[in-house]
Amino acid sequence: MNLSRKWLDEFVKITASDREFAEAMTLSGSKVESTQDLGAEISNVVVGRVAEMVRHPNSDHMWVCQLDIGKESPVQIVTGAWNIHVGDLVPVALHRSTLPGGKRIEKGNLRGVKSNGMLCSLRELGLDERDFPYATITAAALVNDYRPIDPEKPSISPEAKPGDKVFGPVRVAAVTAVEPGENGAWKCALDLGESALTVETPCQNIHAGDTLMVNTKKNTVCTLADIHAEQREFPNCIPDGIFVLREDCAPGDDIKPVINADDRVVEFEITPNRPDCLSVIGLAREAAATFGAELTLHEPVVRGGGPGELSDYLTVETPATDLCPRYTARMVRNVHIAPSPKWMRERLRSMGVRPINNIVDITNYVMLEYGQPMHAFDYRYVKGGKIIVRRAQDGEELTTLDGARHTLNANHLVIADDTRAVGLAGIMGGLNSEIVADTTDVVFESANFDGTCIRKGALALGMRTEASAKFEKGLDIMNTLPAVDRACELVELLGAGEVLDGVIDIQNKMPEPVELTLEPEKINALLGADVPEEEMVRILRSLDFIVDGRRVSVPSWRGDVRRMADLAEEVARFYGYNNLPSTLMRGETTKGGYSEAQKLENRLGATVRTCGYNEIITYSFISPTAYDKIRWPSSDPRRESFKILNPLGEDTSIMRTTTLPSMLEILARNSNFRNKDVKLYELGRVYYPGGPDGLAIEKKILTLGAYGEDIDFYALKGTVEAVLREIRARDVVFEPCADEPSYHPGRCAAVYCGETRVGILGEIHPLCAKNYGQDQELYAAELDFEALLAVHGPDPVYTPLPKYPSVTRDLALIAGHEVSVAAIEGCIKRAGGKYLREVRLFDIYEGPGIPEGKRSTAYSLTLRSDEGTLKDSDADETVARILKSLEETLGATLR
Amino acid sequence: MREKLARLREEALARLGAVSGQAELEELRVKYLGKKGEITAILREMGRLPAEERPAMGQLANDVRAAIESGIAAAKTKVEAAALEARLKSEALDVTVPGREVTVGKRHPMYVALDEMKEIFIGMGFTVLDGPEVELAELNFDRLNAEEGHPSRDWSDTFYFDRDSRVMLRSQTSPMQVRAMDSMELPIRIIAPGRVYRKDEVDATHSPMFHQVEGMVIDKGVTMADLKGTLNTVVEKLYGAGTKTRFRPHHFPFTEPSCEVDVQCHKCGGAGCPTCKGEGWIELLGAGMIHPHVLEMAGIDPEVWSGWAFGFGLERTAMRRFMIDDLRLIFENDVRFLRQF
Repeated sequence: MNLSRKWLDEFVKITASDREFAEAMTLSGSKVESTQDLGAEISNVVVGRVAEMVRHPNSDHMWVCQLDIGKESPVQIVTGAWNIHVGDLVPVALHRSTLPGGKRIEKGNLRGVKSNGMLCSLRELGLDERDFPYATITAAALVNDYRPIDPEKPSISPEAKPGDKVFGPVRVAAVTAVEPGENGAWKCALDLGESALTVETPCQNIHAGDTLMVNTKKNTVCTLADIHAEQREFPNCIPDGIFVLREDCAPGDDIKPVINADDRVVEFEITPNRPDCLSVIGLAREAAATFGAELTLHEPVVRGGGPGELSDYLTVETPATDLCPRYTARMVRNVHIAPSPKWMRERLRSMGVRPINNIVDITNYVMLEYGQPMHAFDYRYVKGGKIIVRRAQDGEELTTLDGARHTLNANHLVIADDTRAVGLAGIMGGLNSEIVADTTDVVFESANFDGTCIRKGALALGMRTEASAKFEKGLDIMNTLPAVDRACELVELLGAGEVLDGVIDIQNKMPEPVELTLEPEKINALLGADVPEEEMVRILRSLDFIVDGRRVSVPSWRGDVRRMADLAEEVARFYGYNNLPSTLMRGETTKGGYSEAQKLENRLGATVRTCGYNEIITYSFISPTAYDKIRWPSSDPRRESFKILNPLGEDTSIMRTTTLPSMLEILARNSNFRNKDVKLYELGRVYYPGGPDGLAIEKKILTLGAYGEDIDFYALKGTVEAVLREIRARDVVFEPCADEPSYHPGRCAAVYCGETRVGILGEIHPLCAKNYGQDQELYAAELDFEALLAVHGPDPVYTPLPKYPSVTRDLALIAGHEVSVAAIEGCIKRAGGKYLREVRLFDIYEGPGIPEGKRSTAYSLTLRSDEGTLKDSDADETVARILKSLEETLGATLR
Repeated sequence: MREKLARLREEALARLGAVSGQAELEELRVKYLGKKGEITAILREMGRLPAEERPAMGQLANDVRAAIESGIAAAKTKVEAAALEARLKSEALDVTVPGREVTVGKRHPMYVALDEMKEIFIGMGFTVLDGPEVELAELNFDRLNAEEGHPSRDWSDTFYFDRDSRVMLRSQTSPMQVRAMDSMELPIRIIAPGRVYRKDEVDATHSPMFHQVEGMVIDKGVTMADLKGTLNTVVEKLYGAGTKTRFRPHHFPFTEPSCEVDVQCHKCGGAGCPTCKGEGWIELLGAGMIHPHVLEMAGIDPEVWSGWAFGFGLERTAMRRFMIDDLRLIFENDVRFLRQF
């Protein structure tokens, strides 16, 4: 919401500087986003009257002007613009002036002629034609500016004399005199050789001495468009030039008030609970309460007395009563459509609204001032003199004012006449009842519509308007009548038409007044403060709450105030949040801390980081094609995922049931960034269907991913083992896993702790890696957090250090290639007896010296007794037992 | 013989004084003190001396032996010191050569910020709560005063899993307030960090998935002044003692009164600069006293119990903490980024 400080001044006088104002309003709850000083960049620019113009002696396109700036002697300025004439009032940027965009103007020399400043265009002042519609420039095609595209074959002969034919009825003419005509037009006296002619034209670039082309049939001066010429053929005949002022101002006046650049516009962020603050009056009330200033409001007074009886012209029906709590309308006849006055245009402009014409401007003005959206219909097009507020029929069509065509359904509320829809209620009027130049009778609508219906309608049609944005927050039902009266008052003030007596006011659902009890003790107890009751009363009254003893009547526009806590907020806002004490909680203490699961999370993270893995965070949603990329067959039940019905895009449309695609994507991305030796982990969730209440079963997965020189299957396995050791998991078994489609069938293992499957690890299947654009080996592990939590062992209990020395025996074994290390180790352990303490593999060898199909594995065994130093004979006996068992069960022999 | 011994002593001590290596020293030891050494040779001649001279000569020979022995010991010390010095010299390293690399992985910067936050709240008696991301609209909205028709429920803002808009991706961590109220004994002090989802396109400040930290206290006699006191303490712990805060009125459907909390800009100290967009303050979080209706819906009597709640964006906090200027870096997971923290 934008607020003009000048407009605010009409209701409450605030002298605070922009910064003070912003600070104070922000702290009382109306957050100021920014303040724009409309004229901050403009200095030393004044109004000047063109006193004299002569052509530049050394230029074919410049003029040397003398400007009266209200001082004794005029100022000489050289300009290349052609649209000014003697007598025009123009903005003059004097020597050492500044303009928007940080532009600085200094005096200078233009082709040997002194120029003491610059005449300004609209754009140079930071404006455009929408700000000053009358300043639109039309250019005639002047023969003296003609530059043929092909000098050999000019379209207009260089020797052409006045009266010569150019084509058809178009003749060359010399301008003998130029005088101002009606409505900014110019009267040109033309010499056509044998005859003379006076033509009125909107073209502003014509001066005595110019040669132009005139259409003798239509009696018009030809523009570039008229003769189908290109701009480069007439380089100086452009629709641009100096801003010729038609404002009430005099030479020497500062330009800022003339173009309303002396205003400051404050941009507020208004929270959705305060639609009343989406208006100048609403913000004025907040400002008055904030600064302790007096709020001066104005009661609209309508003289009325327009010809005829309102009831003869108009009836209103509201069959959709639930969606239209109130409908208020008045009528104006004998309307004269014209531009609205400068003050109104300025106020609209400063609030960011484009002026259109007096009637439309009045509706916008009232909307800004009162916060009540208004609509004006051309009565001609309200067929049958009847307005019906109803739900649209399915398939009903309507073209809105912006020219967009909509197909509606029963969820949309329309304003209709006897036969058809003429407007989208609360959103935008219909093109078929638009106020146009010859509109003579107008119906003003000031209604209250259901916020949700308007919001959903606007959303469905993709056309959120200023009006719908207000309605959707729920407006004050009591505001429709004052607003329509204000519009009619403005019609009379502007002399824009005759207001009929009487008002149509259909009240389907009027609000019950809200009465609350002021409970100062409870308010103070909630705030932890000690605000005196009188202070509370003063604050509430400053916001137009009516306080009678301890009875508080809430104003109709404060739909957000319903109970004690709401009153507490009002008190706190103006007492000052920052004036409330700052205390520490008393009361019962609670025992805080991490749960077992959270502690485990922290430990897992710390462990894998120690192993070199960096933490990543990936999106929980993935593309459905991710399951294809990790090579899950289409029948894989794990593909069953939560599907977002309104995703941002296909790529983020389903909730992942595996973290693998997320990890692989990040690995591939890092590889594409040419990052070497990457190790990553994430403790992230997967989401399976089938949770309680239709929710998901959300499980956390510790995912590891890596590529690079220092990673292979065993390096990855080492990290997984480190994790399991850290959590003291027991009975850890790695089983070959050849059927997991994402992984290399010969380099993948499932990890078990006892019966619990903890997860999977391995090299990513080359085809899967390829799906992520990777030729190199990628590695990943997926460990189920719940399983890790389940298998994590109890806190350690100290085991006494050995009292007696241990004996080491190394065994080099030869066994069949198919005999796994786990099998050999298992066999050694089972046969080892009470002295065997540790079995450590230290070498694997295949090649020369080892028979085909066999391999050698070497183990270091640690043997020890708790009763005394182990005797050699006991050690020998143990080793012999182990060897015997190895040979019998696995066919393994000593090398 | 006497002269022989004196010469021997003189010669031996002179040679020992000039000895330069371990081998030479050993050679001298053998030469003088060895079984076939010179002292032994002289002692062997003792037999030829008259008996009365023997004790004195024996004494002298022993003195000479002792002198040579201590000479050898002194030479040995010297030789060893020289050898050590030479060894140390030869072993000298270029200590500017980089050490052997140990690669330790890093915590994601956002979780670093979260860990700091958790520690602060746990120290104040809070419990850390975890909850579902696929959530009921009832808990995410209805139970937090955002009834049917509230704009945040629109399909343009929130992700849904069913046509009835019943199951959704939580758009805030606030449903954890409701879950805590429904499942925990009073009084309650919790924080609940986690992922939340909104339908925002990815840019430098937006992401469809981001993280919030919810906090809530319910107890008897909890006041807005307590909310201020607690948050001020947290801010000082996060941003340093003496960091100023500012409480501004705001609106949230589930708190009343509601506020937003700003911290004074760390860059300009409140004067106004590009970092704080000229305001001198940076928005930190939203908070407020739990709306009595929210308590009522959870079966908690607002006449007896009161509470406050807050919620803030973790990404923004981490970005400020580490001066990260683009949110996309958080989810891009480029190790060149991750390794910096």
